[in-house]
Amino acid sequence: MALFDTRAKDIRNLPGFGLTATLAVAFLYAPILFLVLYSFNAGRSISRLDGLSWRWYSAVFANEEIAGAALNSVMLAVIAASLATVMATAAALAMVRMRVRRKAAAYAILNFPLMVPEIVTAIASLIFFSSVGLGLGFGSLVIAHTTFCIPFAYLPITARLTSMDPALESAAADLYARPWRRFTLITLPILAPGLISGWLLAFIVSLDDFIISSMLSGPGSTTLPVHIYSMLRLGITPEVNAVSSLMVLASALVVITSGLIARKQT
Amino acid sequence: MKLHRLLLAPSLGTILIFMALPIAITTLYSVLTPAQYGGVIWEPSAEAYVRLLFERDIFDDTLVFNTDYLQVLGRSVLQAGLATVLCLIIGLPTAWFIATRPAGQKSLWLMLVTVPYWVNLLVRTIALLLILRDEGPINGALQSIGLTDGPLPLAYNNFAIGLGLVSSFLPFMILPLYAAIERFDFSLLEAAYDLHANRRKAFFAVVLPILRPGLIAGGLLVFIPGIGSYLAPDILGGGKTLMLGNLIGMQFQGSRNWPFGAALSTILMAVTLVALFIIARRAAREEA
Amino acid sequence: MRALAVLLLTAAPAFAEGDLFIYTWGEYTPPDLVAKYEAEFGVKVHIDTFDSMETMIAKLRTGGVGYDVLVVGDATMQVMIAEDMVEKIDVFAMPNFVNVDDKWREVPWDPKREYSAPWAWGSTAFAVDTAVVKGDITSLSVLFDPAEEVKGRINMLRDMNGVIEAAEFYLGVPRCSENPDEMKRVLELLETQKQWVKSYDSESKELLVSGEAVVSMTWNGYAMRARDEKPTIVYVYPKEGYTGWMDNVAVAKGAPNLDNAKAWVNFVMAPENAAMITNYARYSNGIKGSEAFIEPALAAAPEINPPADAPAPEFIPTCSPEATALIDKVWTKLMN
Repeated sequence: MALFDTRAKDIRNLPGFGLTATLAVAFLYAPILFLVLYSFNAGRSISRLDGLSWRWYSAVFANEEIAGAALNSVMLAVIAASLATVMATAAALAMVRMRVRRKAAAYAILNFPLMVPEIVTAIASLIFFSSVGLGLGFGSLVIAHTTFCIPFAYLPITARLTSMDPALESAAADLYARPWRRFTLITLPILAPGLISGWLLAFIVSLDDFIISSMLSGPGSTTLPVHIYSMLRLGITPEVNAVSSLMVLASALVVITSGLIARKQT
Repeated sequence: MKLHRLLLAPSLGTILIFMALPIAITTLYSVLTPAQYGGVIWEPSAEAYVRLLFERDIFDDTLVFNTDYLQVLGRSVLQAGLATVLCLIIGLPTAWFIATRPAGQKSLWLMLVTVPYWVNLLVRTIALLLILRDEGPINGALQSIGLTDGPLPLAYNNFAIGLGLVSSFLPFMILPLYAAIERFDFSLLEAAYDLHANRRKAFFAVVLPILRPGLIAGGLLVFIPGIGSYLAPDILGGGKTLMLGNLIGMQFQGSRNWPFGAALSTILMAVTLVALFIIARRAAREEA
Repeated sequence: MRALAVLLLTAAPAFAEGDLFIYTWGEYTPPDLVAKYEAEFGVKVHIDTFDSMETMIAKLRTGGVGYDVLVVGDATMQVMIAEDMVEKIDVFAMPNFVNVDDKWREVPWDPKREYSAPWAWGSTAFAVDTAVVKGDITSLSVLFDPAEEVKGRINMLRDMNGVIEAAEFYLGVPRCSENPDEMKRVLELLETQKQWVKSYDSESKELLVSGEAVVSMTWNGYAMRARDEKPTIVYVYPKEGYTGWMDNVAVAKGAPNLDNAKAWVNFVMAPENAAMITNYARYSNGIKGSEAFIEPALAAAPEINPPADAPAPEFIPTCSPEATALIDKVWTKLMN
C-alpha cells in the first residue's frame, strides 16, 4: 500500500507540468496586468504611463454609454450561459446515459454552432429574426447567444459524464427508487465540476462575442465590445481599461464567493 | 414521450431553429446575385462559387485559375492548426496539474485560469499587441538590459497572430480536459505500473487514451473557431494578412458581395461538417 | 419557458412618447448636448453605437430596427437615399437651416438637403512626426516613396477605400476608376509600399504618439489629438489631393419617434449646439456662427484650418459595382 501511495503521488506530479501551468497562467495574465496598470494612467494614452490617477474609474461611472453596455454584456452572458447549461446537461444525460437512435446526427447538431463562423451566424441570424418579425433587441440577443453557447457548455459536461463511473449510478438505483432523486443526490453533485466548467465556458464565450452582438443588438441593447469597437474611430482611452479592470474584479469576487460557498458545503 | 427525446428536444430544437435554419438561408444566398449596395437580388447565379477558384478576365470573360482565396483558406488552416497543437502542449499539462492538486488549490488554479476571460477579447487582444510591439514593455526591457540593439519584430506578424490565438483559446482546451481528468481513476495506474516501467510511459500508454474524449473536445473548440478567427489577424497581424474570418467579413462590408461571403462560409461549414460527422460516428460508437 | 416569453416580449423597446433612439459612432455624441436636448424637449435619449457604416446598413436593410436618428457618412448617405432607408424630412425647411454654411447646402449626396443635416466633417490625409521626418513633407511621396528613417514605421488606415484613394491621388488615377490597368498600377504601388508598412491600423493617433509609427495615414481630428500629446506631430494636406468626408444626421425610415427625431435634427443645426459637437469630437461642424462657441485653441488648429495653398478635399461618392469589384480585387491581393 505504501508503494502504491508513492507511485500514485508520482504520477500526479509529472515533471515540468507545474512549471508549464505556472507559465501558462503568467502568459494569460500579462495582458490583464498591463490593462489594469494602464487603467490608472493619469494621461490619455493606453500605452504610455503618465502618472497614476483614479480619473478613468470616475469617468466610467459617469459614462452612461460604457456602463450600460458593460451591464448589458454581463446580463446577457449570465442568462445565455444558464439557459445553455440547463439544455446542454439534459442533452448530455440523454446522449451519454441513454440509448439514442441516430446518435451521430444528434451529436453533429449539438456541435453545429461551433462550426459556423461568427460572422455568418451574425448575418444569418439578423436576416432570420427580422423576417420572422421578432425584432432585434435583448431578446434576440439572448436567443442567439444561448444557441451558440450550447455546444460550449455541452462538451465539458459530456467529457465529465463519460469519465464518470456508471457503477455509481447503478448503486444509487439500489438506494433510491425515483430517477429524479437519483439524479439530484448522486449524479448532479458528481457532475458539478463539469457543470461549472460548462457554465463558465458558455459565460466567457457570450461575454467575448462581438460580431453577433453587433448585428443583433437593437436600440438600448448595445454590448460592451460593440461599443468599444465603435470607439476606435475616435480613439480608445483608458476608460476601456478601467471597465475591463472592473470586470476582472467582479469575476474574481464571483469566483471567490462561489468557492467559499462550496467550501461551506463540504 | 421517451425520456431521452424530451431531454434532447430543447437543445436540438433551439439549434435547429435558430441556427440551422438561418444558415440554410445563407447557403441559399450563396447561389443568388449580389445587389449593388450589399444584400441580394433573388436571381440564381453560380458566380460566387466560380469566384472561389477562378477569376473572370474583364475583357474576354474567360476564367483564369486564381489561388488568392485558396491561399487565405490554407493560411487559416495552418495558423489554427498550429495554435491547436500549442494549446494541446500547454493545456494538457496545465489541466493535469490543476486536476491533481488538493481541493483548495484546485479551485484557486481554476479561478486563475478563467478570470482573465472576463475581459473582452477585443480588449485583451489590443493589450497583447501593446505588450508585444516595438514600443512595448518587452522590447523596452530587452533593450534596456542590453540583450538586443533594436526592437524585435514581435508584433504585426504571424508570430503575434499565433500568440493571440493561443491566448484566446487556451481555456477552451484546459477546461474540458480538466473536467475529464478530475474524475480520473488513479487506481488504474497501479495496473499501468505493472506493465510500464516509469510514470511517463504510464501516462502516454494509459492516461492519454482514456482522456481522448476531452482531448477531442478541446482540440475542436480551438481549431474550428481558430480558422474563422477575426480579431487576432485583424489586430495582432496589423491587418496585413487576411484570414478566412476577415475575408468573409469583408464581403459583408466594403466588398459588398454577400453571395460570395455566403459561399465561403458554406464551403467552410461543409468541410467541417464532414469532419464532425466522422468524429461523431466514432464518439457515438465509443459511448455505446 | 415563461422567462423566455418575457424576454421575447421585452425585445421590443418601449416606444412611448418621450424617447429618442440614436444610432451613431461611439464617443461621438457630446453628453452635454444630450443633456441640453433632454432638458429642452423632455425626451429621454438613448444612444447605441456601431463599428462601421456597413454594420449599420446591413442592420437597417433587413428592416424594422427601432432607431430614430442615424449618423451617416456622405458616401453611405447616397446609398441610403437610393434605397429608401431614410425619411424625407425636408431639412431645408427647418428653422435652423439658415445656419448651415453655404458650402454644405447643396451637397452631391443630398442635393436639396431633404434628408440630412451636417453633423461633422473632416479630412483623411496623413500626419508625420517632424522630430524624425525631415525635409519637405507636403507630398504623398512621404507615404509611398519613403526616406530611410521612415521605412518600416509607416501606418496606413484599415480602410480599403481610403488606402486605395491615397494611392490613386498619388498616381493621378481618378477615384472610382473602372479601368483595370489603372488599378493594376495602384496595386503595384501598394504592394511595393507594403514592405515598409508596419501595420494597417485605424488607431493612428495612438501609434503616432507612442512612436510605433512616424508617418501615418490618419483623420484630421485624430492628428489633432495626437499633436495634443506630442507637439511635433504635423498634419499634412498633400498637394496631390486628399479625401474629405462629412457625417450627417438623418432619420431612419419608419422611425418610431419621428417628431423627436426631427427636433433633434433641427437642434444640432444651432450654432452653440454644433460647437459642442466640435469641442467634443474635435472635428469641424458645418454650421455658421459656431466659431464663437468653439474653444479658441481648437478653432485655430491647423488640422481644421488648411493653409491657403492646400488643395480642397475631395468628397468621394460610393463607387459603381465595377469600380468596387476592382477595389475589392486590389485589396484582397494586397492583403494576401
